[in-house]
Amino acid sequence: MPELIAKPSLDGQGPLTLVGTTLAPVSLGPITSIAPFPGQIKAADKAFKPLGLTFPAPGTTAAKGAARMVWTGPDQAFLIGTEPPALAGIAAITDQSGGWSALRLSGPRSADVLARLCPVDFRPSSFKSGQSARAQLGHMNAVFWVEDDAIMILTFRSMAQTAWDECAHALTALAARASLGA
Amino acid sequence: MRIAGKGLIDRDTQVTFRFNGTSYMGHRGDTLASALLANEVRLVGRSFKYHRPRGILTAGSEEPNALVEILEDGQQTPNTRATTQEIFDGLETRSQNHLGPLGWDLLAINDLAAPFLSAGFYYKTFMWPRAFWEKLYEPLIRRAAGLGRLSPNADTAPYEKAWAACDLLVIGSGPTGLMAALTAARAGADVILADEDFRMGGSLLSTDMTLADAPALVWVEATLAELASLPNVRLMPRTTITGAYDGGSFGALERVGLHRAPDTHLPRECFWRITAKRAILASGALERPIAFPLNDRPGIMMASAVQSYLNRYGVAPGRSVTIYANNDGARATARQLMAAGVRVAAILDSRPDAPMAEDCPVYLGAEVLQTHGRHALRAIEGRHTGGYFRLDTDCLAMSGGWNPSLHLTCHMNGRPRWSEDLAAFVPSEGAIPGLTAAGAANGSFSTHGALATGYTAAAEALKHLDLSAPDIALPATEDAPYRLAALWQVKGKYRAWLDFANDVTTKDIVQSAQEGYRSVEHMKRYTTQGMAPDQGKNSNLAALALLADATGRGIPETGTTTFRPPFTPISIAALGAGGRGKTFAPQRFTTSDQASRDRGAPMIEAGLWYRPSYFPKPGETHWRDSCNREVGYVRQAVGVADVSTLGKIDIQGKDAARFLDLVYSNTFSTLPIGRVRYGLMLREDGLVLDDGTTARLGEHHYLMTTTTAAAGLVMRHLDFIHQTYCAAWDLRFISVTESWAQFAIAGPKARALLNSVLDAPLGDFPFMATGPVTLGGVQARLFRISFSGEQGYEIAVPTRYGEALFRDLVARAETMGGGPYGMEALNVLRIEKGFITHAEIHGRTTAFDIGMEKMVAAKKDCIGKRMAAREGLVGPEREQLVGIRSKSEFGSGAHLFTLGTRIHRETGQGYVTSMCFSPTLGEWIGLAFVKNGRARQGEVLRLVDHMRDTDVQVTVCNPVFFDPEGGKLRA
Amino acid sequence: MRLNCPLCGPRDRREFYYFGSEDYLNRPAPDALEEAWDEHLHLRANPAGITKDLWYHEGGCSSWLLVTRSTVTHEVHSVERVADRNGAQS
Repeated sequence: MPELIAKPSLDGQGPLTLVGTTLAPVSLGPITSIAPFPGQIKAADKAFKPLGLTFPAPGTTAAKGAARMVWTGPDQAFLIGTEPPALAGIAAITDQSGGWSALRLSGPRSADVLARLCPVDFRPSSFKSGQSARAQLGHMNAVFWVEDDAIMILTFRSMAQTAWDECAHALTALAARASLGA
Repeated sequence: MRIAGKGLIDRDTQVTFRFNGTSYMGHRGDTLASALLANEVRLVGRSFKYHRPRGILTAGSEEPNALVEILEDGQQTPNTRATTQEIFDGLETRSQNHLGPLGWDLLAINDLAAPFLSAGFYYKTFMWPRAFWEKLYEPLIRRAAGLGRLSPNADTAPYEKAWAACDLLVIGSGPTGLMAALTAARAGADVILADEDFRMGGSLLSTDMTLADAPALVWVEATLAELASLPNVRLMPRTTITGAYDGGSFGALERVGLHRAPDTHLPRECFWRITAKRAILASGALERPIAFPLNDRPGIMMASAVQSYLNRYGVAPGRSVTIYANNDGARATARQLMAAGVRVAAILDSRPDAPMAEDCPVYLGAEVLQTHGRHALRAIEGRHTGGYFRLDTDCLAMSGGWNPSLHLTCHMNGRPRWSEDLAAFVPSEGAIPGLTAAGAANGSFSTHGALATGYTAAAEALKHLDLSAPDIALPATEDAPYRLAALWQVKGKYRAWLDFANDVTTKDIVQSAQEGYRSVEHMKRYTTQGMAPDQGKNSNLAALALLADATGRGIPETGTTTFRPPFTPISIAALGAGGRGKTFAPQRFTTSDQASRDRGAPMIEAGLWYRPSYFPKPGETHWRDSCNREVGYVRQAVGVADVSTLGKIDIQGKDAARFLDLVYSNTFSTLPIGRVRYGLMLREDGLVLDDGTTARLGEHHYLMTTTTAAAGLVMRHLDFIHQTYCAAWDLRFISVTESWAQFAIAGPKARALLNSVLDAPLGDFPFMATGPVTLGGVQARLFRISFSGEQGYEIAVPTRYGEALFRDLVARAETMGGGPYGMEALNVLRIEKGFITHAEIHGRTTAFDIGMEKMVAAKKDCIGKRMAAREGLVGPEREQLVGIRSKSEFGSGAHLFTLGTRIHRETGQGYVTSMCFSPTLGEWIGLAFVKNGRARQGEVLRLVDHMRDTDVQVTVCNPVFFDPEGGKLRA
Repeated sequence: MRLNCPLCGPRDRREFYYFGSEDYLNRPAPDALEEAWDEHLHLRANPAGITKDLWYHEGGCSSWLLVTRSTVTHEVHSVERVADRNGAQS
């Protein structure tokens, strides 16, 4: 019998903190795509009631405890941090846990880091708690949402290193700018 | 020459820099231009065509003459304007466009040949003899052409790109921009204030005027301090708004690190893309030169530049300055010079009726007709209403009036409006949706006018943002009327320059009109006026006026040249920031990446993915040795390969089967649960889009596989079909490519290997079966499919277990006489079996061409069905997929010809798409498309490859070289 | 250029993939004349003025969008989800 050891993406990568802003890989636990079939949103909401969640409207998130649901596209959301309820016939369910790599960006320059990589305005004044966005990080399709004053970023697991490198590069350049004192 | 007590430079900080190898001293706050003038360096470059000595003309980004090369770290940045480059310790600069020393430019001989070098010279001269062009003329012209020179080294310095958003973008931080920004900021709007200068304040930095009874600087500093303190304001100095685009988008270039020595991480420049709900153009105005004879000598400058060097930099550009103007404004320059103790030789006013009273000689109706001084101005001659004059003077400050800096308003095809009062073009309203021009940029040339219109423009913008403008008392300041008499040229015996950078004179414009180039666009191209780095900022209007005069039309009838982005040059490196080297595209790594690299596998790119090419063993000297060995693993024992890169799409819903029947040419609704089927996907135009296997996991649950490279394309295609043709169907699908690590296990011992890792031994599991399995307690999916022709399986586990499983499978395979195989072996195996890839389905092939026309189901519709059957896409004239074999090596891309025919593209019979050496067959084999190929099996063709110098004979055969009956697949 | 995605809001044009004319929405019947198919796939108007074309929010929510815009002024008049026009329901 093989002994299959699970390996997270960005294994061994520690956080990077510069100019008070921290980039860190995070583990989010299970990620499940929930895609209610036509006309099944209400049924889905009912199924999620025990979790204290409802299916999120476009561009939003729902959270209860460690569980959250992040809108990821038309009729599609990711249930994160908990296993899904029974949804047979109500929604298409796929396990996405291993497919995504999560980064957490927190601190005053978070939006400035992302401004180097994405045209979406991630300043706290326009991307608030409870919001989610499908957009690109560099050339990578990504999911963004706000959680505890941090911006959470999901990218494809295969691109985790590029995602890390690009965010780290942007943060390093910001730190170099800050050292100018202007 | 510095003037004590004047200027905003930091006199306590000395800065040492070099120009043409000589060290000079300046101060922080100096530009290269101001520091050179302070050191009395007046000759700074040579002109483009005539190689005439040139000095500093302006104090801003419109500078046409003082273009230098910046040298650092083996790099040289050409055409840098000395008037915007800040000095720093160690700055190394060099003048450009001369052969030999700047003072003894050998190409100055061109100036003597000037009578022959007028507009159109090249077009007329280098026509004949024709054969001379390539060998003689072009190399000569190229040697002489261009301004500065680039470094041959790649620029590895960091550059940055960034996006920004705001409610209101204020372009320019002079009195207009500051007042507009202050108004909007106090109203709570999200404001960006951008200015190309390194210090904000615009014209107020270069004046001695007062605002609210205090020096203007006091108000500037107080306003900037307030703006900087507000969280809703972003100040962006050193940032040029370079272009206005659709949807409130603006391009901007920030010079982040060009004012200091290079740093590893600090970007040199940042290219910004700013989105603004509203914008205010407060970019001020540019002073116009006067085209008088020999007006290009070092020491002849714009009056406003002289004022700027005096007040902002504490530099007198000359010891005896003459003012030459057609308007009242330049008088202030004279007064300020005199107040600073600089001698003013005279004021020359072109207007016969201008005011007289000044503390220096004033000549009315004046015309400068001749200037003297080889490398710097010494004296001028001319006439005035009272006679002739000759003045010893080393600096002539000229002012031909002002042009609003309306460039951005032209970027979306807006045409400026002619104002007779101002003798200038002013912006057309609404030329850029959401943008309002204010202050001097809109023709309000007084400081009071700037403040007042800045406020009004902000109030108007705030209305659109649902905010209300706070009351702000405008600080009292000058409100002098703008009085001028247009003066486009002074006719005389000598050449008078319009476009200094491109050496275009008044004579060239007249000649252009005479030779029939009467349209402004034609004139521009014929004379090259306005095509130098300053893009006509200094010369467009005068050139237009002269063209109007020469063609007997008025200025507005003659037209205007269009200003296009960028406002000032942008380095390619800034535009390309974030796209160089490995940041050009994301890198995708499989879970087995490290394990493959550990085994020394060279990785090759497959789409964005990196996949192992082969796994070398000691003693192997050529990649083909490794490849042949790995092919042997699969044919004789068992091989393991990572196939996770193939696209995987999970499709669910009651209408999933119906959907697959629509998108695939063949039928999937009949596929039993637990079975896999090969599917062919067509584009609507009938050509093949992609292929792959799709498994039926449940009644309403399928798993589609796409090729690696086309995964994104297929997803887009499926989204289109779903959302366009069947949005209401009970159907959902999502990519699960990244969720699974999938490995091919192929070869006679594949089943044995598999059984050694599965928790329960495999029961009846026929070819094209699929089902869930567990290994080490982990849920996995097993597919019995083969891309090699051998008994083959693919096992998929959740991605996090991928690396562990790959290492485990490879270790087990090695104990069984097998091992891992890479892309090279995978390719050989599939060519031997005649399996196609995107080398074959390359966008020009049909199902018929690849011999799969029977896979287009007759009983149902599918995407591409109707057009696949159209005339020309089926029939013997089509190039059809065949195999070719030869004892001699050949390459893919080679073309095929019937023996005995001429080798010519018209006689070509087809081409090779894939090739390899087959260790199984012991010869070179390939897949090819050959006209009517299926009927030509056994025919010998001539294969010609001019790229690889190959000319061999090949035999046409069945594309399935190995096990054509498929017995091994099903074993 | 920016497009106002009905689900994601105003977004930079870099997130969008341009496909082509709205003609692609009207697929002829399988047995329609070859000319109808040819027109569907290949024949395009080239208007100076209002045009309707299809864009894919590839870098965003994956919606196919019908964009009404002017080729003269570049003004974008509307952006609709193709699925919404075709009976999608949540």
